[in-house]
Amino acid sequence: MPQDTDIAIDVQGAVKRYGTFTALKTISLSIRDNEFFTLLGPSGCGKTTLLRMIAGFEDVTEGAIYLYGDEIDALPPYKRPVNTVFQNYALFPHMNVLDNVGFGLEMLGQSKSETRARAGEALEMVQLSQFAARKPSQLSGGQQQRVALARALAPRPKVLLLDEPLSALDLKLRKAMQVELKHLQLETGITFIFVTHDQEEALTMSDRIAVMSSGELQQLGNAREIYEQPRNVFVADFIGDTNLMQVTVDAVADGRAECHLGGAHRLTCDAVGGIGAGAKVHMSLRPERLFLSADPVDANSLKGRVREMIYIGTDIATIVDLDGGPQFTVRSSNSSRGNARVFEPGTEVAINMEQGAARLLID
Amino acid sequence: MAKPYDLRRYPGFFAITLLCLVILYAPLVVVAVYSFNDSPSITIWEGFSLRWYVDVFTGPESGKFKDAAWNSFIIAITAATTATIIATLAATAVLRAGKFRLRTVSIGLISLPLMVPEIVTAVATLIFFNAIAFERGVMTILLAHIAFCIPFAYMPISARMQGIEATYEQAAMDLYATKRQAFRRILLPLMMPGIVSGFILAFIISLDDFIITNFVKGAGVETLPTAIFGAVKQGIKPNIMAISTLLLAVSIVMVALSWFIGRRDPAEER
Ligand SMILES: Nc1ncnc2c1ncn2[C@@H]1O[C@H](COP(=O)(O)OP(=O)(O)OP(=O)(O)O)[C@@H](O)[C@H]1O
Ligand SMILES: [Mg+2]
Repeated sequence: MPQDTDIAIDVQGAVKRYGTFTALKTISLSIRDNEFFTLLGPSGCGKTTLLRMIAGFEDVTEGAIYLYGDEIDALPPYKRPVNTVFQNYALFPHMNVLDNVGFGLEMLGQSKSETRARAGEALEMVQLSQFAARKPSQLSGGQQQRVALARALAPRPKVLLLDEPLSALDLKLRKAMQVELKHLQLETGITFIFVTHDQEEALTMSDRIAVMSSGELQQLGNAREIYEQPRNVFVADFIGDTNLMQVTVDAVADGRAECHLGGAHRLTCDAVGGIGAGAKVHMSLRPERLFLSADPVDANSLKGRVREMIYIGTDIATIVDLDGGPQFTVRSSNSSRGNARVFEPGTEVAINMEQGAARLLID
Repeated sequence: MAKPYDLRRYPGFFAITLLCLVILYAPLVVVAVYSFNDSPSITIWEGFSLRWYVDVFTGPESGKFKDAAWNSFIIAITAATTATIIATLAATAVLRAGKFRLRTVSIGLISLPLMVPEIVTAVATLIFFNAIAFERGVMTILLAHIAFCIPFAYMPISARMQGIEATYEQAAMDLYATKRQAFRRILLPLMMPGIVSGFILAFIISLDDFIITNFVKGAGVETLPTAIFGAVKQGIKPNIMAISTLLLAVSIVMVALSWFIGRRDPAEER
């Protein structure tokens, strides 16, 4: 049994089955004290299920969940010092904003004056003090969201659970709320467990990210690790854009693997334990780690022909066909200082890669 | 502006609507109008008067009607209250207790009485009371009314409850409310419009029930409908029209009340 007080939530071998369907397959992960932790994964992968198990709305089929060393998986929700920001906010429609925010404190047995004072403080924290007397239906979506946040934070939970709290907001408001959430987390020092299926949101906000797919934990790490060292094909594909292709490993020597991409195209990259000569595996190359030139710059350059140029604004994406091989997308920054040499469709180009751009992946 | 597929544009829409309204309401209108007739005849109009209303309250039959009205009122209030409480608990069990065995059966059993012909229920209830040798009187009427009011109270209550997402109660429990507190502080206030509608519906149903009441009432115990029926058997006098109009007025007021309360969303309250 863990006693480490640096660990806020410890999920040990948690399994969730609905009848014969297994929603979560033996998940183990530790969420550190004071951490902004994100559960990221596609729809239906079990993020909400895991969150609801921590909150106490679903029982744990197998395994255990600890909160600062205490096992909580058998406790009803109202005995867990954990609060949730629901996806649809679930603000009580018959109570005004202040009473909504004070509800948790009231249930904890705080005095009326104490409840009002602390609910008021929580409202101030989300800059909604002037709306205290309104009903939730008289607020905009963004304001309701902030009330839900204040309501969950007011009782000072040890851990705050947020289930896709920003998904109903428009892009601009969403960006603003991302900053505000991060700010609130630093200000309150409360551990946040944040659920999203938006990988960009996860990368920008989180201290650490758990990538999930079909009920399994795929990778756990900080944004840079997840993005730059994806552990498998799923993570590489799900996080960011990438050129994902099937390659055959021709030979492995001195920690380098020579890979055949199809046609006459070959390149070498760092070898990965467990992948030997003859293996058919996936390779991931991030488009922004590639650059184009008229002539090859080294032995790892690939020759191709520009098919299309896509103007994105901050970037320019160039799609290049390799004769008998895969298609590549190369992204370059749209700035005069950058390496954005523009190649018109039809021109012959060389695709060059930065050090370590090509990564072999286990499936 | 009427849309192309607007129902109102179908040929004969107004004619049919009018016909239905006339068939439904003409008798009521006739009764209401003739209750103000200054004549002992029920068919010949002789001018406006309130004499039959005075007759209802002070005439030779007024004592009988007062007793009957009092019985009806007490029974309706008690039966509606009891039925509403039972229906609220039943709706909570069926809609909030998750899946349990016989859940579908329970739902069926609750609403089945709506489909059983009333005369069958009446006979069955009478036989039941006879079988257990329960003396007939106000108590038998009350018990029977509670029983048949439950499904009527249940309908608006469960409809309302179905519209309340479970996340409200979950949010309450997440915020340290016990199940009981979540029910009292969150679910009950949100359900209130449905509960009030259910109560009013049950009240009206009890107030104007005749068939079952007539079967299970003891000798000498009358409710308003059975008293009216008894009076009508001795020939229709205009005072019957006056008392019927009063009863109609009570029903209309209650239905209107129920409609306004049902429409009021707690979220909109200030
Ligand atoms: N009560 C239930 N009974 C049966 N299966 C369920 C139940 N709740 C969830 N599931 C299944 O468990 C899986 C995980 O669901 P979950 O809600 O955790 O997904 P999610 O990752 O939150 O997805 P989303 O991003 O769409 O919210 C889904 O396949 C879902 O169909
Ligand atoms: Mg979800």
